[in-house]
Amino acid sequence: MIRTAQQDQRIVITGVGLTAPNGDSLPEFRSALLAGRSGVEHYSIRYVGDTLAGICHFDELKYQKRKELRRGTRAGSIAIYCANEAVTDSGIAWNEVDPSRVGVYVGVTEHGNVETENEINEIKAFNYDTKVWSHHHNPRTVANNPAGEITLNLGITGPHYTLGAACAAGNAGLIQGAQMLRLGECDFAIAGGVSESIRTFGIFAGFASQGALAEHEDPARASRPFDLDRNGIVVSEGGCLYTLERYSDASRRGAKIYGELVGYAMNSDASDFVLPNPHRQADCIDLALRRAGLNPSDIDLVSTHATATPSGDVQECAALRRVFGESPQTLINNTKSFIGHAMGAAGALELAGNLPSFDDRVCHPTINVEKLDPDCNLAGLVLAEPRENCRIRTVLNNSFGMLGINSVVIVQQV
Amino acid sequence: MTAAEIREEILDILEAIAPDEDLSNIDDSVNFRDQLELDSMDFLDIVMELRKRHRIQIPEDDYIELASMNSTVAFLEPLMKDIQKV
Repeated sequence: MIRTAQQDQRIVITGVGLTAPNGDSLPEFRSALLAGRSGVEHYSIRYVGDTLAGICHFDELKYQKRKELRRGTRAGSIAIYCANEAVTDSGIAWNEVDPSRVGVYVGVTEHGNVETENEINEIKAFNYDTKVWSHHHNPRTVANNPAGEITLNLGITGPHYTLGAACAAGNAGLIQGAQMLRLGECDFAIAGGVSESIRTFGIFAGFASQGALAEHEDPARASRPFDLDRNGIVVSEGGCLYTLERYSDASRRGAKIYGELVGYAMNSDASDFVLPNPHRQADCIDLALRRAGLNPSDIDLVSTHATATPSGDVQECAALRRVFGESPQTLINNTKSFIGHAMGAAGALELAGNLPSFDDRVCHPTINVEKLDPDCNLAGLVLAEPRENCRIRTVLNNSFGMLGINSVVIVQQV
Repeated sequence: MTAAEIREEILDILEAIAPDEDLSNIDDSVNFRDQLELDSMDFLDIVMELRKRHRIQIPEDDYIELASMNSTVAFLEPLMKDIQKV
């Protein structure tokens, strides 16, 4: 049980660095979520043409030189920005941190597609002569790239790797960071998820072929989880990395603590490549609750994964109904309605946007629900407008992905 | 291309692969590595750009000829004499 853990086994969040389509810091992001401000825009990408996407606008040169930008990847650049912002936000004296005791754990949905597509497009102009295939291709496409770029940028010599976990990756990165701190593999973890997926045409084309790519004349209204007229996913880029520390270390240095990771779980559907399985999702939520020593009624807010696909939203609601059916006071919201689906960053970003609710006592809404799907009509859904004067101490964050990967984290105010 | 045109072409390539560097005071007789932050991957970029732009294949054994601006221009002059500056 995590709740009975020793002080050095309790894991807390001490810093947040993020970039989302509607904000490049937690205060900006939170402000947009409370103001109902979307980050979805018109977008065009080769072969697919005009579509929609959530695009980040952070200052790439804040922590990188132009040459480093050219050498690395978009995912690496997002990761570097988020890692630096998180470390700064943590207030730790970075020059006094032993770099060999820092671990970097970054969740990704996929990595390498962007660079591979770019290179194929490049050699196409040379009649597919592979002699002009870039020597940068391999370091850009190795699966650890975004995490490795962080270590190069910050001089970290501890372990680094990415976690390939489809759209459950943001939570998976966070969970891995906590586990490595508990195991003593590091003393300071930078963990979460990133995504550069809007730079690959394949992901748009794939969702379109699947009948799961959102379309709407107004980009801000395109991502519509739980709405009867939802027609698919808005693909977005983004990143959110946390600094994690043992509670004993964080309290010793007087760190600001956003919350404690009191429970988590991951499991697998083992039922379908694409279709979610509400029974296994509910099992995953139950397992996280058991590990946290909490009942469903102890959860004040559920941050849903719902992506605005017709079946996916209904399946998640079925899972939530099973677990929270007797807990109508548990609030439920959705962040993708604002920013689209930030893929590997989604879980981490969606959790971050809800953490300020511990202090401001506001639950941000789910926007774009004009005709609520009766199959998604859950008692605690917060729609259209923020819910104020809420007592929110415990947030449960869902993040699920293809091949039936489920992840849940529970964060509690300390 | 003349020697002067080849020099301009190399400067143009360097601007792309080393965008943070000030190339206005480059000393043609000094090794690139002694005055610019270039590593082995950057030199491969020079080779790649010449291949893409002008179809020039530089054997690996000759990479050493790209050490300075003077040595690079001298090495490329016979290879690029029939190429028109665009």
